[in-house]
Amino acid sequence: MSRRLHIEVFRYNPLDPNSEPQMQSFYIDEYDSMTLFIALNIIRDQHDATLQFDFCCRAGICGSCGMVINGRPGLACHTQTKDLPTHIVLHPLPVFKLIGDLSVDTGVWFRDAGTRIEAWVHNDHEALDPTQEEARMENSLANEIFELDRCVECGCCIAACGTARMRPDFLGAAAIARVARFYLDPRDERNVENYYEVIGNDQGVFGCMGLLACEDVCPKHIPLQDQLGIMRRMLALHSVKGIVPKSLINKLSHKGCCHENHQS
Amino acid sequence: MQIFYTDLLCIGAGLAGERVAVEAAKAGFNATCLSIVPPRRSHSSAAQGGMQAALGNCVMGEGDSPDIHFADTVKGSDWGCDQEVARIFADTAPIVMREVAHWGVPWNRVEQGPATYYKGGKPFDAVESKEKHGLIHARAFGGTAKWRTCYTADGTGRSVLNTLDSMCLRYDVNIHDRTQAEALIHDGENCIGAIVRCLRTGELMAYYATATLIATGGYGRIYKATTNAVICDGGGQIAALDTGLVPLGNMEAIQFHPTGTVPTDILVTEGCRGDGGTLLDVNEYRFMPDYEPEKAELASRDVVSRRMQEHMAKGFGVKSPYGDHLWLDIRHLGEKHITTKLREVYDICTSFLGVNPITGLIPVRPTQHYSMGGLRTNKDGAAYGLKGLFSAGEAACWDMHGFNRLGGNSLAETVVAGRYVGQKVVEFLQGNSVDFKQSALRDAHMKIDGRIKFLAGNSGKESAIVLRDEMQDIMMDYVGIFRNGKDLQTAVDKLEELHARSMSIGLQGNAIGFNPEISLALRIPGMIKLAQCTAFGALKRTESRGAHTREDHPERNDKEWLNRTLAYWKEGDSLPTLKYEDASPYFEIPPGERGYGGGKILYADIPADKLRVPEKKSSETAAPAEDKE
Repeated sequence: MSRRLHIEVFRYNPLDPNSEPQMQSFYIDEYDSMTLFIALNIIRDQHDATLQFDFCCRAGICGSCGMVINGRPGLACHTQTKDLPTHIVLHPLPVFKLIGDLSVDTGVWFRDAGTRIEAWVHNDHEALDPTQEEARMENSLANEIFELDRCVECGCCIAACGTARMRPDFLGAAAIARVARFYLDPRDERNVENYYEVIGNDQGVFGCMGLLACEDVCPKHIPLQDQLGIMRRMLALHSVKGIVPKSLINKLSHKGCCHENHQS
Repeated sequence: MQIFYTDLLCIGAGLAGERVAVEAAKAGFNATCLSIVPPRRSHSSAAQGGMQAALGNCVMGEGDSPDIHFADTVKGSDWGCDQEVARIFADTAPIVMREVAHWGVPWNRVEQGPATYYKGGKPFDAVESKEKHGLIHARAFGGTAKWRTCYTADGTGRSVLNTLDSMCLRYDVNIHDRTQAEALIHDGENCIGAIVRCLRTGELMAYYATATLIATGGYGRIYKATTNAVICDGGGQIAALDTGLVPLGNMEAIQFHPTGTVPTDILVTEGCRGDGGTLLDVNEYRFMPDYEPEKAELASRDVVSRRMQEHMAKGFGVKSPYGDHLWLDIRHLGEKHITTKLREVYDICTSFLGVNPITGLIPVRPTQHYSMGGLRTNKDGAAYGLKGLFSAGEAACWDMHGFNRLGGNSLAETVVAGRYVGQKVVEFLQGNSVDFKQSALRDAHMKIDGRIKFLAGNSGKESAIVLRDEMQDIMMDYVGIFRNGKDLQTAVDKLEELHARSMSIGLQGNAIGFNPEISLALRIPGMIKLAQCTAFGALKRTESRGAHTREDHPERNDKEWLNRTLAYWKEGDSLPTLKYEDASPYFEIPPGERGYGGGKILYADIPADKLRVPEKKSSETAAPAEDKE
């Protein structure tokens, strides 16, 4: 393989009053098994040492390198150049605050979301006697919780979200899936009322327009729309409590949600 | 310049840093974590396998105890570890696994009834007991007598890090991400914080702290081929070494893993070979049986790495733009096996390499993986040389790993040491107050500010990128898996020259605000120093122990080398100063054979007063409940 790649990169340094947003072209030779991680490092090492971008694990597990690759949010580390045309266009993720060039501030965004949804197991943390046997859990439930814990907070789902583009306070798919993770977890002692306060509004589950892009671009293939649906039904049923007969609510709330199945 | 005040400053927000911070915050202290990346991106997140703790819940772990875990750890270390620390570790590990379970880690659990497991590629049946149903499960790992590695599928690091990070939210730990500590603030006796560079704006900030913890992970990036994340550049070790007072322990102890992928050096699990995968050379010839007729690909990790390197040196490597490599062949295992039992390998190959392992060969080579060395601390996690300075995790040489660490022990160490050292930090905070001396802050600030001004002035001619590449090549070529006096001397000489050149680095670009080039330029001189400590320590250690293999000194020499290297760096020197201390204050298990790896051992006479069993443990570190039956 001996393609010559034309890589066009968004450049802007918000700290420099003379800097204007623009695209800059770089030309490099493609190697076998080249990923955008390798390509961008070659550009920084050989062409422009000031180029800003983020990588950490470069193995698809830390989520640092989310960027818009030829118009689509994705992780640069496991994007191979051979799967792209010779002309590759890279932009930073939208929604998040731009730090410079391809680098955006996902850390502050996710910390804020985590604080708003109180993203920790709510129980009496001091109650544990660690010399005693651990509390038991079904393995199938542990696996279900882990499936949602696989989120790497790369921000691709947020960048691809129509609602997030319009309202800066929208929690987005990753944060709602995180709520679902705690809702699923019997160690978390919050009730429906507590969750309603956190995500039962337009900043939460009711803000979603159902465009489904979040799940399309998730590099970890997390079922984001399912989680949003489960949370939305749970909270919608809660909001009509007292209006709709209790028997109907009970029936509906047990439909398809593994959490209730485990508790029963 | 902005100045922050905090009780505890954790440099690094991976598993160890966050665990210590949580301990301090729970005790009511103000804790602040600095992190180059958002904390959930820490390299801890990349750990897949699991955490060793002797819970003994699963059928293959029956009868396990901290005593057996302790013995495995000591043997694994090739008797280079501090046995007092290994004992604390083995006793505390089960408690910590239960604790993080209470906080939300979704450990895989025991399911009662018959189960099919694999050993050496062959399936076997076992029955999990009803009494243990729902308790924490464990999987097999190398070098362990029992199955004791607690895990969450193939994402243990990710799920435990998520949980600890959520505890940081819960207990209001301050997280300052995109920051890099550049120098410690100290007055020659006490460490009182750090000078920190903001990786958003490039500005310098000062943090005054009563206690400072270094938990920045390993320094694998001094090697070209490493499984470590790009942030594992040894920043914490460099800051400590630069004080001239704090020594680094056993820097020559570097672990290589046989199957890092080429080009991006991502690890593919040992399970490939365990299940029957083979290693092939440029002619697609299976060479391992020629070297190791009995065990072939299933010899121990260090042995396989050595043989691969040896074979490539003979010219049988596959040439590539990324250097020589060999092939890992798992095609014969078939599609079903590869997409189920080795799903993670399948994903790595297809996503990162563009190779389908069902039909194609996987390019692999031995790759730097883990640094057993680091900031030498006592058993409480307190660094030598400066009061108020602590270290935990891979950054530290707490020293339960000695010269080789077992899989699953490093990830467990992060949280076990984090909890234990965290308690010691709390005791320190309760009993100490410090004088935040302005002169100390000014000295540290001037040092870093001066270096940045020099770089920005662009009077230097050397390129940080070129120096980095040369350093990484020297480490690969001369301080790799096989070491000998001649090569090591070459490395020491070449690195000394690089160190001198690193004093005159200039920049190519001149961006305002944050500039990634300055980050590298600031880091490289320190990384070269770490490389020098590694190479010089390896040159002087004329024996083979654990991962340190000297061709010219193949025997393990307990008579002369049952000790730990301490590397100091005195200001103005071009080489580290090496000192030595006893490997362990006492030997609960006297030095013996490991039962694998082979090799000649020159035994030392251990004085009788050093052969002893420690005092009875406190209830906090008692054996797990199930051992009482």
